[in-house]
Amino acid sequence: MKRIFLWITLLSVSVISKAQETFPVNGVRDIRSGLYAFTNATIVQSSSTKIEKGTLLIKQRKIIAVGATVSVPEDAVVVDCNGKYIYPSFVDAFTNYGVGAPTRPAGGFNYGAPAQFVSNKPGAYSWNQAIKPEVNAYEIFATDESAASGYRANGYGTVFTHVKDGIARGTGAVVTLSTEDAHRSLIKTKAAAVYSFEKGSSTQSYPSSLMGSIALLRQTYLDAKWYQTKPTTEGTNLSLEAFNASQSLPQIFAADDKWSTLRANRIANEFGVQYILKGGDNGYQRIDELAKTKASYIIGIDFPAAMDVEDPNDARFVSLADMKHWELAPTNPAAFEKANIPFSISISEMKDSKSFFSNLRKAIAAGLSEAKALDALTKTPATQIGVYDQVGSVEAGKWANFIITTEPIFSSNAKIIENWVQGKKYDVNASEWTNLAGKYKVTIQNGNTSTDYNLEVKKDLSASIVGTDTLTAKLSVNESLIKLSFPNKKGRGAEQIRLGGAIVGNNWTGIGTDALGNKTTWTASLVGTIATVSEKKKENDSTKALAKITFPFVGFGNETIPSQETILIKNATVWTSEKEGVLKNTDVLLKGGKIAKVGNNLSDATAKVIDGTGKHLSAGIIDEHSHIAALSINEGAQSVTSEVRIGDNMNPEDINIYRQLSGGVTTSHILHGSANTIGGQTQLMKLRWGATDEGLKFVGADPFIKFALGENVKRTTSSNNNRFPDTRMGVEEVLNDAFDRAVDYQKAMKANPNTRKDLELDALVEIMNKKRFITCHSYVQPEITYAMRIGDKYGFKFNTFTHILEGYKVADKMLAHGSSVSTFSDWFMYKQEVVDAIAYNAAIMQKVGLNVCINSDDAEMARRLNQEAGKIVKYGGVSEEEALKMVTINPAKALHVADKVGSIKVGKDADVVLWTDNPLSIYAKSLYTIVDGVVYFDREKDTEMHKTVANERARLIQKMLGDKKAGAPTRPATASLQTILNCGDHEHADTMATIYENEKN
Amino acid sequence: MQKKYSSLFILSLALLSTTTRAQETIYPAVPQQGTTAITHAMVHVGNGTVINDATVIFEKGKITGVGAGLTTPANATVIDATGKQVYPGLILSNSYLGLKEVANGVRGSNDLVEIGENNASIRSLVSYNTDSKITNVLRANGILLAHITPEGELIDGQSSVVQLDAWNYEDAAYKSDIGQFIEIPSFIVRQRGRGFMRQAQASDPLKDAFNKVETLKKFFTEAKAYLQEKNHVANNLKFEAVRGLFSGKQKLFVRANEVKQMLIAIDLGKMFGFKVVIVGAAESFQIASILASNNIPVILDNQHALPSTEDDDIDQPYKLPAQLTKAGVLVSLSDMSENTKQRNLAFNAGTAATYGLTKEEALSAITLNSAKILGIDDITGSLETGKDANIVISDGDLLDMRGNQVIKAYIQGRDISLDNKQKQLYERYKYKYKIN
Repeated sequence: MKRIFLWITLLSVSVISKAQETFPVNGVRDIRSGLYAFTNATIVQSSSTKIEKGTLLIKQRKIIAVGATVSVPEDAVVVDCNGKYIYPSFVDAFTNYGVGAPTRPAGGFNYGAPAQFVSNKPGAYSWNQAIKPEVNAYEIFATDESAASGYRANGYGTVFTHVKDGIARGTGAVVTLSTEDAHRSLIKTKAAAVYSFEKGSSTQSYPSSLMGSIALLRQTYLDAKWYQTKPTTEGTNLSLEAFNASQSLPQIFAADDKWSTLRANRIANEFGVQYILKGGDNGYQRIDELAKTKASYIIGIDFPAAMDVEDPNDARFVSLADMKHWELAPTNPAAFEKANIPFSISISEMKDSKSFFSNLRKAIAAGLSEAKALDALTKTPATQIGVYDQVGSVEAGKWANFIITTEPIFSSNAKIIENWVQGKKYDVNASEWTNLAGKYKVTIQNGNTSTDYNLEVKKDLSASIVGTDTLTAKLSVNESLIKLSFPNKKGRGAEQIRLGGAIVGNNWTGIGTDALGNKTTWTASLVGTIATVSEKKKENDSTKALAKITFPFVGFGNETIPSQETILIKNATVWTSEKEGVLKNTDVLLKGGKIAKVGNNLSDATAKVIDGTGKHLSAGIIDEHSHIAALSINEGAQSVTSEVRIGDNMNPEDINIYRQLSGGVTTSHILHGSANTIGGQTQLMKLRWGATDEGLKFVGADPFIKFALGENVKRTTSSNNNRFPDTRMGVEEVLNDAFDRAVDYQKAMKANPNTRKDLELDALVEIMNKKRFITCHSYVQPEITYAMRIGDKYGFKFNTFTHILEGYKVADKMLAHGSSVSTFSDWFMYKQEVVDAIAYNAAIMQKVGLNVCINSDDAEMARRLNQEAGKIVKYGGVSEEEALKMVTINPAKALHVADKVGSIKVGKDADVVLWTDNPLSIYAKSLYTIVDGVVYFDREKDTEMHKTVANERARLIQKMLGDKKAGAPTRPATASLQTILNCGDHEHADTMATIYENEKN
Repeated sequence: MQKKYSSLFILSLALLSTTTRAQETIYPAVPQQGTTAITHAMVHVGNGTVINDATVIFEKGKITGVGAGLTTPANATVIDATGKQVYPGLILSNSYLGLKEVANGVRGSNDLVEIGENNASIRSLVSYNTDSKITNVLRANGILLAHITPEGELIDGQSSVVQLDAWNYEDAAYKSDIGQFIEIPSFIVRQRGRGFMRQAQASDPLKDAFNKVETLKKFFTEAKAYLQEKNHVANNLKFEAVRGLFSGKQKLFVRANEVKQMLIAIDLGKMFGFKVVIVGAAESFQIASILASNNIPVILDNQHALPSTEDDDIDQPYKLPAQLTKAGVLVSLSDMSENTKQRNLAFNAGTAATYGLTKEEALSAITLNSAKILGIDDITGSLETGKDANIVISDGDLLDMRGNQVIKAYIQGRDISLDNKQKQLYERYKYKYKIN
């Protein structure tokens, strides 16, 4: 048996079958059939079919027969696989093997650099450098032995490969990992088209945000459809042509985490396509939502290593969420299986591919079935990329892509011996063919004297000499050559006996030196077998994952999302924010998510009763201007970006949602930043802690959009602005021009239904038709005035002026125009355009008759908006009742939701806050914050949760330390920094462990 | 003798009717003439005690009597403060006032940060602009003194305490060059941006941080050696500038938020015998007992902040003053807000009172504690006989926006104007719209 394999090893050096037909031969032709019979193997054809003692017959690189009773042709090379296992080799549905990795130009992304407005790719391609559907991986593919051998070592035989660059990335090809020549490897040219949210190597300014990427892709779908009408205005656009041509292929979307796969899926739904979603390695955290996509997934198993948390200073900045993910990540594949989501496992983005099998076993230990694991490595990926007819199982007619292993593939000692790709053998652990385990008699001949030793060799080649003492021997085998050495006695003064030789048949023989240095000859022969000790299953507590999935998956998340209750608040001082004013000793009943009753001596048998004696009840606070709970805020690459939508990139796991609930906030208006004149579409949300991104949205609210004027949009702090406008004069013309275009667009749309649909202009048309409303960042009086005049000219009004620190100077004009205003209580002098800001602004505007709101624009101050309202009493003497309205009913009016929220009135949403004190006082703390009748913040429970968080952190830190002690690889503790987004307008008093993502420039 | 009564009510009316004066005609007050007595007030002394129906008497700029049942001197100007609250003048214990006017985009108005790693010899006082448009706004909220501090890269320069009613910096100087400011670099490795926005680290931040600490120690070690020798071939202004640190005349103010930074600060103090004050101290709740046992006071200047980590107690920054005070740390509160220009100092104390301090303890944190830390508690920080008459009268509770309404203030006995540009613009537009 061993000899056969030696021979095959030699044979495989030469070419198995003929070279490319079209290629000339330099020398003597050498055509071979490549006919092999693998006999006596346990052949796992697929997860559902296994053949014991089977035969696999391959010829001309393909499988020609497989089964228990296959007759072996006489001219076949027979490979006896007794005791071995044969599996289909693995398929990876997401790599960039053999096509290179485009890199971003040196220096990275620089916001301060002058803007690049259009693509710098020469040719008839897309205006945007991140849209490159014309790229075809098959055209640039070249084999790469060093990369291929890495994949093959882990059992892979076939991969989907594409150029990982851009938002529309073009098509990928399917190639095998044989590296003789690209002609044979390339088994499918256009296998799938790939998309992502990342602009990759594009140097173009747009898009500069996640929501910009989404808008660009949506517009590209529209443009491609429009291009089918062959518009003469466009000429030839090779990118759109390629985009259309690739629509019939499988569509893969390279998303990232769980939310981003959901985001991608929404695009798929909008344009009637079905993506295969790559990503969701934390999908177990929201598996029900992922299942609803009905998509198949490509997931990784790059489970994070434990962090080195020995220094408590380092451990402190690692979030509970990150630690829990460390513990739970191996449960991810099992979660997909349990939820019946089809998925394949990809190795391509693993940092260290050596941990591939150990991670697979972790996933199996965490509940993934072996059958599903095998499917995820073979059939499912092959199906995803449309090559299951060629690879993915050991079946006649498919490519001879299979692996031979020592044991069942997922057992902990299993080794891949050989990986055959298209009938070509690649050694992985060739030495594993030979099982040298057994008892041997070693006879050393020194002249006439011969000495016998009893040698025991284990499967892993650890060896010992058994006699009076047991002596440790060193044995190494290389091909058929063998080296053996052992001491002549135990303890000090021992001398080494050294032997070298070869395996000849079942015997070993060679020459050596004995303990005294005499030359010897020796032989060894197999005399018996060693009973293999059955592998003990390590029941290690440390493999048990104890962390609970919470909603959201961060500290202070709930194991179950709190539900709506019937709540009766008794005997409170009720600030109605209605004409009823402040009612003393009043009861409020919340039922069915609504305010059911307001009055005295109310009762409800089913209600949870909260004693409000000495407490104050107000409507939930509404923050008209906020930037929390989003992944990007500014798409500042162009002056008009009305196509982008904050709602496309909500982050429901932002801890600031919970923190602001503690400050009584129940509704927040999440605005685009102020990087450009016409910013993005805003998102009104309710602070439903634990909801999904979609679940946060305020249903039925009018859509809004953010505009901005002044210093930010003219990029005052940038020393080399090249983006129009650079003055307030220019800002006015940006508005004028945008609506001028919108007017023409609307006309064109009416005249010709084939007019190109433009997401940017659609939003502006909505404004003109009073279907979308403006919140306009503004400071100084001339810009406020000219904005209103633009509105007059195009027939719409500026619904709300936000910031509006010089609003007091033109309060009468804004009143005439019909705007609401939303401002800060006491900010000033943080830039030139606010040197005339005064704390009396809100009071003046209120007294002039405007609807005045006090907003935060700051994740911290949003927790104290009640106090900010209180300052309007101090500065300018409005009544306390009117002041509280500035953070309740007034913003509700400004946002067109006063029929639903903003006051304590029967029929409105049960969004209320119970305060310890007068809500305008600095001494007031919220006790309960209730949204839709659901208690999302309860101060007592918060104290408990804080303890739970601390305990869970302590447990996980101990577990990580335990892993480190046990020798598991660790990585340095990495601070889980909180990303705080802001509009880039002013300073924020956040915290040290914060990343500021100021996208203004 | 006839007593000169003036009703606060009439006074406030007079203030509000000021319609035409420009900021430029808000004059620094003339020195106190004669004796003033504030009567029937609720007096918050600043040291934790409250005296009801009390009288505060001051003369030649100094307090001559505080208490209930005091006889009002003949000829005294009497301020009847029935129903009002009287406080020591508030002290901004860490401030950029007069150094930085418009925060962003106006480079010319910014004199806060000098170029270079070591600026030990520069002095904030000489750049202090008494005509800042911010000053009068702060006074109107009861802030009468400020510690003017330079910022920088590593060794920032010297700070001074000023009073906020002056013609020029020499008039303003209350106590000059009281300390040296240094920065301890961060030991948190940060990555900026996310996904394709991620930016590469230019160098190893931890290594850079340790190098900077080494630079600090080397500087002080060499300064110590230099200062032991009287005659030098070449004078060294930077070494000379830290003479006061070694003699104990100056304090070392260390900007530090992380535990590691603060421990290094304590170590620096021990190593060279410096009096150390930690400024910032966001994470100090973790080492409160260490700070207390080493007698290290802190200036907290970012209380209205988000917690450091997402797993922290959501109110952690609000609770910090109480946590430290209970551990025995001397705490001063400041407010480095860029947006409100520090006008909300009193409300920081209010928050501290909501989250664990008593109201009087909270008041001390913006008056007497600050004076102690700045080394001026012998002359100010509380309403006690012999100290400067730095006094604020408010309609109600100064720490709560519901009560905070400063109607009168005295610096060194001078009856200062509480007018400012914001009030003037208020008047201007009340006039335009004919509103009240």
